[in-house]
Amino acid sequence: MYAPHTRADIEAMLGAIGVSSLEELLRVPDAIAFARSLDVPAALPETDLSLAISEYAARNRAATDYVSFLGAGAYRHYCPPVVMALAMRGEFLTAYTPYQPEVSQGYLQAIYEWQTYICLLTGLDVANASVYDGATALAEAAIMAVNATGRRAILVSSAVHPNYREVLRTYARGLDLDVDELPIATDGTTDLGTLEARLADKRYAAVALQSPNFFGCIDVPPAKARVAFESTGTVPIAVIAEALSLAALKPPAEWGAQIAVGEAQSFGNPLNFGGPYVGFIACTSEHVRRIPGRLVGRTLDNAGNVAYVLTLQAREQHIRREKATSNICTNQAHCALVATIYLAALGETGLRRAAALNLERANRMAERVSAIAGFSRVFAAPVFNEVVIRVPAGTSTERVLAALRDRRILGGLEIGCWYPELGDCLLMTATETTTDAEIDALVAALGEIAGGLDLVRIPERRGGR
Amino acid sequence: MAQPEGLLYSKEHEWLKLDGDVATVGITDYAQNSLGDIVFVELPRVGTEIQQHASIGVIESVKSVSDLFTPIGGAVIEVNPALEADPAVVNRSAFGEGWLYRVRVKDAAQKNALLSPAEYDALIAEAG
Repeated sequence: MYAPHTRADIEAMLGAIGVSSLEELLRVPDAIAFARSLDVPAALPETDLSLAISEYAARNRAATDYVSFLGAGAYRHYCPPVVMALAMRGEFLTAYTPYQPEVSQGYLQAIYEWQTYICLLTGLDVANASVYDGATALAEAAIMAVNATGRRAILVSSAVHPNYREVLRTYARGLDLDVDELPIATDGTTDLGTLEARLADKRYAAVALQSPNFFGCIDVPPAKARVAFESTGTVPIAVIAEALSLAALKPPAEWGAQIAVGEAQSFGNPLNFGGPYVGFIACTSEHVRRIPGRLVGRTLDNAGNVAYVLTLQAREQHIRREKATSNICTNQAHCALVATIYLAALGETGLRRAAALNLERANRMAERVSAIAGFSRVFAAPVFNEVVIRVPAGTSTERVLAALRDRRILGGLEIGCWYPELGDCLLMTATETTTDAEIDALVAALGEIAGGLDLVRIPERRGGR
Repeated sequence: MAQPEGLLYSKEHEWLKLDGDVATVGITDYAQNSLGDIVFVELPRVGTEIQQHASIGVIESVKSVSDLFTPIGGAVIEVNPALEADPAVVNRSAFGEGWLYRVRVKDAAQKNALLSPAEYDALIAEAG
């Protein structure tokens, strides 16, 4: 509750310290004071403000206004109406784990169910109540591995989402950790040819691999990599930027991942203009004391009833202070709740079916697009729901995207800013929401572009009032 | 309450038993009693060089988490393997089976900074 000071309060306090006014108390020296008023428009009446904001909002274009083939860590999936109908109930509308957990049994039960789903999907023993997003989850996992091994370096695949690697490096800078990268093989998977040699000196706390990787390719290490992890005591971290893939692919625990992290936006959460999203962390029980954030446990109360509690809290900031496992003490409770209800609504069968549709549609899209003269698939490795497509020589990704945008199609993501050698490539995604008609429209448009019909058309300006 | 003889004590409520240049370290009965039920002990890895009086691990009970300080410097050569499965052994036998780790002592003179049983007794009597 916010209780502002009254004029009388302020005067009493100023009187007590012998100062005549707030201005005198807070006086900024002339030398550094900003002398004129701020250069901002005058205040508007509420009705005018509301109108102005609506006009600004109308200038936005949402991905849902277009046929979208965007993905790359933020996915458009179908969410049954029951999910939001339940999640938007007023008693659930908090972003936080309840601070008085023992009187918030309903929320704790929901978080416990979320943790259970994440364990089922990853095949690991323990999952936390969620973290901010997939990228921070990776950074937190790296810290867990550093604390587990006492080593100060992380090896990460170059095929891990570039944003995730950037966040990892941000954390690493503050902690003075080294981050090295593994190259990409010609088929689009991580090149693990040098893995054993690189792990031999036991310098790396962890190796982080993403599957499906940033290029959409299934990128699971072979059995001999697992032997290298075990013999050198390196912690394997699985990164999953597209959580729905877990319903189609083997759980990461099966290839030996001790920690699995990722982004669960795909489970019922809208694109949300890039956030809030919801990260997950799961690990084997040997790492449970190092996992960051909240953990909900199920127990029995003194009358023998099932009860939910926050457990192993000694890891956390409010007890361990600067020695806590993480400086994140919160989670994404509401986004995780949406994901939990989504998972419950679809169930195992529904989830598998949704994942299978992604596989099928993305592969059909990839096949049809790469059949167009000049367009080709860059990588041969199998994909889940996105694929890297090279545009014809003689045009550019920019011009292809502009021509598609003209036809109300968002044709994918340019990835040359992260991978200069892929400057003529687009990362294109299809999900269960992608219809045959949309793929037809995309193929027809790209066919026209390839035929040289549309290469120089200037995109119409949108968003005028 | 008399403290076991033949041990040295720190103000941080650790005990130390010297055997040649090997020191076995634990927490005192007074310490385990103050902490309550111990649920987790985190110790340095074997091979770690530790400094006298440094914080080198934690001991977690149902009601608190406390840093473990080392009464003497050296290289950790062994940690009590029983603690992982059954940390409560520290409660049951703080001076015996509940020992924490062994150190190869670097500078034997460091023991001069530690307390005798009688001095430690006086310290905890003062603390009440």
